[in-house]
Amino acid sequence: MNEPMPRRVIVDPVTRIEGHLRIEAETDDSGRITRASSAGTMVRGIELILSGRDPREAWAFAQRICGVCTLVHGIASVRAVENALNIEVPGNAQLIRNLMIGAQYIHDHVMHFYHLHALDWVDVVSALKADPKATSALAQSISGYARSSPGYFSDMQKKLKGFVEAGQLGIFANGYWGHPAYKLPPEANLMAVAHYLDALAWQRDVVKLHAVFGGKNPHPMFLVGGVPCAISIDPHHPGHGKGPHFHGGNSGTAVNVVGLQTVQNAITQMREFADQVYVPDTLAIAGFYKDWFKQGEGVGSFLTFGEFPAKGMSDPSSYMIPSGVILDRDLSKIHPIDMNAESEIQEFVSHAWYEYSVGKEHGLHPYKGETKLDYTGPKPPYRQLDVDKDYSWMKSPRWKGRPVEVGPLARVLMMHANGHEQTRELVGMTLKKLDLPVQALYSTMGRTAARTLETKIIADQMQGWYDQLVANIRAGDVQTFNETKWEPSTWPSHAQGVGVTEAPRGALSHWIVIDDQKISNYQAIVPSTWNAGPRDAAGNQGPYEAALQGHQLHDVQQPIEILRTIHSFDPCIACAVHLTDPDGKELIQVKVL
Amino acid sequence: MKPSEKPGSVGAGLKQRGVTRREFLEFCTAVTAMLALPPSMAKVMAEAISGARRQSVIWLSFQECTGCTESITRSHSPTLENLIFDLISLDYHHTLQAASGEAAERARASAMKDNEGRYLLIVDGSIPMGNPSYSTIAGISNYDMLVETAKGAAAIVAVGTCATYGGLPKADPNPTGAVSVSDIVKDKPIINVPGCPPIPVVMTGVLAHFLTFGSIPELDDLGRPKSFYGETIHDRCYRRPFYDQGKFAESFDDEAARQGWCLFKLGCKGPVTYNACATAKWNDGTSFPIQSGHGCIGCSEPNFWGAGPLYKALSMPVSANTAMLGGAVAAGAAAGVVITWHNRSNKSAAKMAHDKVTVQELTREEK
Repeated sequence: MNEPMPRRVIVDPVTRIEGHLRIEAETDDSGRITRASSAGTMVRGIELILSGRDPREAWAFAQRICGVCTLVHGIASVRAVENALNIEVPGNAQLIRNLMIGAQYIHDHVMHFYHLHALDWVDVVSALKADPKATSALAQSISGYARSSPGYFSDMQKKLKGFVEAGQLGIFANGYWGHPAYKLPPEANLMAVAHYLDALAWQRDVVKLHAVFGGKNPHPMFLVGGVPCAISIDPHHPGHGKGPHFHGGNSGTAVNVVGLQTVQNAITQMREFADQVYVPDTLAIAGFYKDWFKQGEGVGSFLTFGEFPAKGMSDPSSYMIPSGVILDRDLSKIHPIDMNAESEIQEFVSHAWYEYSVGKEHGLHPYKGETKLDYTGPKPPYRQLDVDKDYSWMKSPRWKGRPVEVGPLARVLMMHANGHEQTRELVGMTLKKLDLPVQALYSTMGRTAARTLETKIIADQMQGWYDQLVANIRAGDVQTFNETKWEPSTWPSHAQGVGVTEAPRGALSHWIVIDDQKISNYQAIVPSTWNAGPRDAAGNQGPYEAALQGHQLHDVQQPIEILRTIHSFDPCIACAVHLTDPDGKELIQVKVL
Repeated sequence: MKPSEKPGSVGAGLKQRGVTRREFLEFCTAVTAMLALPPSMAKVMAEAISGARRQSVIWLSFQECTGCTESITRSHSPTLENLIFDLISLDYHHTLQAASGEAAERARASAMKDNEGRYLLIVDGSIPMGNPSYSTIAGISNYDMLVETAKGAAAIVAVGTCATYGGLPKADPNPTGAVSVSDIVKDKPIINVPGCPPIPVVMTGVLAHFLTFGSIPELDDLGRPKSFYGETIHDRCYRRPFYDQGKFAESFDDEAARQGWCLFKLGCKGPVTYNACATAKWNDGTSFPIQSGHGCIGCSEPNFWGAGPLYKALSMPVSANTAMLGGAVAAGAAAGVVITWHNRSNKSAAKMAHDKVTVQELTREEK
């Protein structure tokens, strides 16, 4: 190549993610990244319309922040209102929410691995060279998954060949096929391509769980005080033709015997796919990319808000995934989080396109957050951003001034640190199988593997929640909704609360202030803001930026290394939404990245 | 040589991939039925689709949440795999395409050049007019990218309420100045497929229509395909007989709610929402919001986010007037749905009122 080596490698659009992300990486002459900058390039504005609305309907608006992790903002929103108004959710509703949240993780993680991340590791074109028999032998050596015959892979290869030879590559056009960074043998590539398609078929079936309880997916329905899906099974029904007709409860709603069976089928399919396909594939692929267990760490500190309460959100000790912070890889100490302490969770706008009345060098707690759009970047169309100044629609959240990573790796480390037995077993098994030290977790591939292990852990929990729900119904408990505080007239004139959840991509929090039965302030800090936000006032990089630093690009024209590490975080850049009212005073803010 | 045997055609591709003609015809029959077309159209469609190169499709995502893309991946017939590997060439789509950055933009440029005047443009998300920097891709504003890409398109499909009507970003006070595709593009046929998100089969059905006939389906005055948006959810709702009988759930978990009585008093927007949720249903016919106990929120209507509180009953008369009843509902009412569902002797009425109604059945019924 005769052209001079570019000093800056720009990836925009970063595809196979949710939303609009731009990476600008400065490199030295050898192609090593010396500094990376992560920019969110889209802002919407969901929050202002929430102001003045009925808090009970905030979930529907907030949910539209993201259609991929399609329930998490709905969940965080109803929990925020319930927290503000001290509403206890019935046990069945809690179980149904756990099932829906769990299903979201499993669905989302599998789709991320196969449809968003896999093509960073899997060379589709190389699969054409595979021997179907050898592919079958490979598949059967790692899993008991049924679809593994030589004929199956031969058919798959035939399909792929026809597709490629027809000359229209569609979604596979211009991939970095043949790049030396692809290390899988043709057989592993063919197996992965087959599972790409299997996963597409699998995912549309398992989301039926959401359709039963929430009416549809994407964007299922929620309800403050419980779940909207009344249970139309009356365990005491005397049978056909007997008893008052009002008690025939059978199939009036989707949560009937058929609906429950649909849920059970989905759970079974989820567990089977995790055990037979996702976990073995991850281990097999990771085995060829061990060097990716040595790079892409990020900031080395981690935060979770916790999820899957056994006894309700008001009892954090009952969460399956604990809440807390791990600093500098020290798993021996979990630091507690005080959501309301002004010095703990703060957001900075030092390199973001916003103004602060206190000056851009200061951080603000979400309750005192300010947001005023102030675009100072280049006028589109532009070639590059001025990354020494402001360069993103994302803010930079910090915990006690420190950047922290959120997401599957944070959760697996948190469960590990907390002594969760299955997590320790699975992490130990993975490291042993791949012959890696524990430090390998702090890496691009460690993050990807953590997502897989977490999927198995949650998939295994699903059956227990389902069994408990069925046992409750059998015992005559069909309550799904607590209506005692449904009417706004029962509310205090002022209330405020926080709703937290662990979204697939990490810790999510919504704050709500209710005055005179209406929303007066609504704020959220979302997972990808923690991970993808720009540098703060002190110059601390966010996790994306830190993880990319030091990456050696083999070919700056084909920066597959950047995609691997960015995708390992599973970006969700749906929006970075901060708004002001006409007077310039912030009413509401939702930052979703 | 038949068109379907031409090398590089969809027909040849299908054959090479081991799809038999019989299987392909069955698929076309299903799509034809979905579009409420006469069965004889299946063969026409098979010829039309199999003779051509796969239709080039460019999908642009602007101010959106990716819910529309997620929704189309849930399509059961045709499946997303059917679509993108057998029927269309999805040449640019941020969420699915392998290429990123400059390589992705090159894919868009090649598709536009190679298929000038012929490619189909799909757009999800609104376009911010307040400031071009509110949403950029590859440094290009959404407005510029839309105008540039629309120029050589044969037609445009706006999917989701944001692209069709501005959607959530446009809701008052519309802070980024969000507008719809049809607010900007005036010289191309535009099909509006609203919904937050749209039902997958509605999106794939519209695509199938275009692939078959090279034209757009019959649209109503809001630019929506009549075959999917011709009736309200209320008119096709399995709970409609309860409405006509004046039987309403008063709370989300009272006995009436458990019996599946009408959700009108809990704010259901079904009576003013034109969409196919009550008939096509969601996720392979598993359910739809009303069947899972929550009123319709009206997400496919223009300006629905400003249309009024979710949990406040619509101000319309609550009566047993059956003048507006559709066939399925009339049958259900006639069968006397007063008694329990499973006691109903009229099996077909029960099926109509309660099960997934296939498009075939609908078509038959309307004749």
